[in-house]
Amino acid sequence: MANIYIIEERCVGCGLCVKECPYSAITLVYKKEQQTAATDKKLKTAVIDLNKCTYCGACVDACKKYAAIVLQKEEEARIEAGKDEYRGVWVFAEQRHGKISEVVFELLGVGRKLADKLKVPLSAVLIGYKVEQYAQELIYYSADRVYVYDDEKFAEFRDEVYTKVLADLIKEEKPEIVLMGATAIGRSFASRVATRLHTGLTADCTELDIDPQTRDLLQTRPAFGGNIMATIRTPRHRPQMATVRHKVMKPAPYDTSRKGEIIKKKSDSIIPQWNQFIQFIEDTTQKVNLADADIIVSGGRGLGKPEGFKLIEELATLLGGAVGASRAAVDAGWISYSHQVGQTGRTVAPKLYIACGISGAVQHLVGMSSSKVIVAINKDRDAPIMKVATFALVGDLYEIVPAIINELTKKENVAKEVA
Amino acid sequence: MEIIVCIKQVPGTTNVKIDTQRGTLIRDGVESIMNPFDEYALEEGVRIKEKYGGRVIAITMGPPQAEAVLREAISRGADEGVLLTDKAFAGADTWATSYTLSEGIKKIGAYDMIICGKQAIDGDTAQVGPSLAEHLNIPHCAYVRKIENIDIENKYIIVHRMMEDGTDVIKMPLPALITVVKEINTPRLPSFKRMVLAKKAQLAVWGQKELRCDVNKIGLKGSPTNVEKVFTPPPRHGGEYIEGTPQEQARKLIEKLKQLQII
Repeated sequence: MANIYIIEERCVGCGLCVKECPYSAITLVYKKEQQTAATDKKLKTAVIDLNKCTYCGACVDACKKYAAIVLQKEEEARIEAGKDEYRGVWVFAEQRHGKISEVVFELLGVGRKLADKLKVPLSAVLIGYKVEQYAQELIYYSADRVYVYDDEKFAEFRDEVYTKVLADLIKEEKPEIVLMGATAIGRSFASRVATRLHTGLTADCTELDIDPQTRDLLQTRPAFGGNIMATIRTPRHRPQMATVRHKVMKPAPYDTSRKGEIIKKKSDSIIPQWNQFIQFIEDTTQKVNLADADIIVSGGRGLGKPEGFKLIEELATLLGGAVGASRAAVDAGWISYSHQVGQTGRTVAPKLYIACGISGAVQHLVGMSSSKVIVAINKDRDAPIMKVATFALVGDLYEIVPAIINELTKKENVAKEVA
Repeated sequence: MEIIVCIKQVPGTTNVKIDTQRGTLIRDGVESIMNPFDEYALEEGVRIKEKYGGRVIAITMGPPQAEAVLREAISRGADEGVLLTDKAFAGADTWATSYTLSEGIKKIGAYDMIICGKQAIDGDTAQVGPSLAEHLNIPHCAYVRKIENIDIENKYIIVHRMMEDGTDVIKMPLPALITVVKEINTPRLPSFKRMVLAKKAQLAVWGQKELRCDVNKIGLKGSPTNVEKVFTPPPRHGGEYIEGTPQEQARKLIEKLKQLQII
């Protein structure tokens, strides 16, 4: 069976399809939310009477300009029929160096909501070595089921190994949604998994919801550096895969009374011996990593000298945060590239972002403007960063930052004395 | 070393507008540039060629005018350019794009390395590189910040992959694909001599017919994902200026952050 439907958001109610339809199967009706409104054509939307429709496609051609009518031919409809075999929401429980990534708890938070809407279980997939003890934790964080692959060969992340394991399990168990963190690991191998399974993958989502009619996952993500948002659907393929940005979703609650099932899996399949892990070099300049940080203190050209980062670091350490930098500061050689925030660096969304001596070029703003609270300290009252800042402090950062440090340590000392 | 560098032509600004009637992007009047990350990919390819010999072939998929980035690539050291262009390629998502690129690369022939930028600044997905490697069934490593060693005789490379908490050092057999970050090098500027060369260069231009690829796997039709709508996020409004002496500013700021339970 073929299938035809109208995307109401795109339909402008022009009526071209009504004229073209040889079977008089299309009528214009008022859009629901504007039923009582005036008679303006644009408030109407087309409706197809499926009893009259022969799926000839004349209306699709008539609607080329708005592309509001979707006709799925039989082959597509057949793929669509196979969709129903896929049930359940999965979260990839990324772990590294004996620690579950923070973003996993956020994935479980949003995954739980999606699973409840779809009335299906929420599962987590844990791949690693000596990781079994985390399975119970994932259940406390709202997973109903945890698949565990615990083997020495999974000790270090290797794209082709993890791809093989996850893709095989997906083929076997057929979940309808698979969520991963938009991390270095997630974004790298999710893409391989989706390609192998011939399904859609949406990168770096900031909002996820379910279309109750089609069970489709509505994936909203920023593009063009956050200047536009796009909502993306994977209408014909399963599973629907998405990577999710850090710090955007609310973490799942921790509840030790929760019960769940732990399924131990073995992977005996032959995996190509491609990439070999040699060693890990820890970033010792970064006590808290930028992606996981709730607070980031960043420095820019306004620091004027490399030593300025000592002050930035002092404030960051005091707040338990990470150190960021603008491109100008990195290019000047004052700090290493791994600290760079912005278009050619990292995108971050902490609870608090303190920009010191950063003017706020658009390339920097796209990397941090989704932070919850932005504090800007700058000499220039009219700098672009001041326009997006929640709190703008005009003045010399070499006076203001020490004053903040002083204020914070004073409070701490008082607290200690009281204690 | 036969090196293929994948390049994308992108709008020179991310400050794009939406045609609210049609729900599409307005690209007219926006200058096009080579995706910034691809400059690092190209530079790395050219450096490897200069050290070990061989060829650098730049490949792109896009509208006919995307040939401009191939000529720019040649002016920055690439030897040849391949443009994959066809109306049937339009509207491709990352799956269909990487499939099409993989078919183009298969037509080019044998290669040792494929280098891509970490991501493009318009789509921001970082998915095409890894997906391309999967289509070609070769290993890949994303976010490469440094190539430590290239062993041509034994056909492997050792790369440094940038992670959130540091660096993974990975040994990869060739042929392999890497995606690179800004840290890897400082791209050279086009030389006058090469600009003249680039202007005259003969580019290969291939469409669906030349690639003989599966029409069900290209363009909008071959894309598992559909963009349902695009919209402008609500603008972030500036908040308040905190005035006073540095000490007063600091005290007021901390009070406000405490009120918001941020610190």
